[in-house]
Amino acid sequence: MKKEDIIKAGTVVYERPRLLTDNITHYCPGCSHGVVHRLIAEILDEMDLADRAVGVAPVGCAVFAYNYIDVDWVEAAHGRAPAVATAISRLNPDNVVFTYQGDGDLAAIGTAETIHAANRGENIVIVFINNAIYGMTGGQMAPTTLLGQKTATTPYGRTAALNGYPIKMSDILATLDGTCYVTRQAVHTPAAVRKAKSALKKAFANAAAKKGTSVVEIVSTCNSGWKLTPDQSNKWMAEHMFEKYPLGDLKNID
Amino acid sequence: MAKIKGAVVIDINRCKGCDLCVVACPVDVLELQPKEVNDRGYHYAYDKNPEACIGCASCATVCPDGCFTVYRIVCDKQ
Repeated sequence: MKKEDIIKAGTVVYERPRLLTDNITHYCPGCSHGVVHRLIAEILDEMDLADRAVGVAPVGCAVFAYNYIDVDWVEAAHGRAPAVATAISRLNPDNVVFTYQGDGDLAAIGTAETIHAANRGENIVIVFINNAIYGMTGGQMAPTTLLGQKTATTPYGRTAALNGYPIKMSDILATLDGTCYVTRQAVHTPAAVRKAKSALKKAFANAAAKKGTSVVEIVSTCNSGWKLTPDQSNKWMAEHMFEKYPLGDLKNID
Repeated sequence: MAKIKGAVVIDINRCKGCDLCVVACPVDVLELQPKEVNDRGYHYAYDKNPEACIGCASCATVCPDGCFTVYRIVCDKQ
């Protein structure tokens, strides 16, 4: 059977989600951001939330997220996405509000906003992309950078004496009473992507059901910042990052 | 015996040649173009071995740029 016949007679197993715009993303080839954007677009379409969803874009590589997913967006000041999301969700309780933040945004400058939004139990979804580096500004050390990891500002590797320890934000957020669902996922293999999708789906369902704050951490790659190819980055992440940031649910209140 | 066959259509001008689909494919259908480049200068992915495709959509699942459309059909083995 020829390819043309299969296309003509077969069923579509996968197609580009309707909610992704035609813009070509500015992300580097192989960046995890693209996969997570695609998952969010798929989920919002499947759950019929496109008209009710409001995203809050961060400062970082994902600053242009509003160009790629065709829902309503607000661009927040650096780290302030959970505070902006709080306002939107309180003023418009019918909306499903989510923030999309990187580790520099959520775990460094926005630590206070993130922790207090989660502690108040705001009905929002926090999507946390943790790639252990500041990707947009050229690969500097982030709070989540692993010990010994070389970055632009730690050329000999991060040391605990000089730079402190990597912060596990999801573990901190899981201890707070306001959060209802805290999970850590990755998108490096097809199986992991499917798991991450169901985790994101659960998080959006929680926000729609007003159960409290849901946090989905995605352990991600930054192949430009790590100076590896996309495939090597995925392998490096599986070897090194999962030891410090193990995958799985940290908290799940049904 | 019924056999599942698949086909992938790749939006080559959207492709950034990251190679993740080539690694994810379980039946070695895909490859990056060794010489040709797309409008933006990337060695895009193409199906060098379309007969082997089983329509599992692993390539589409890992693609960061949403380049793939995947079709599947159940046909009798000839």
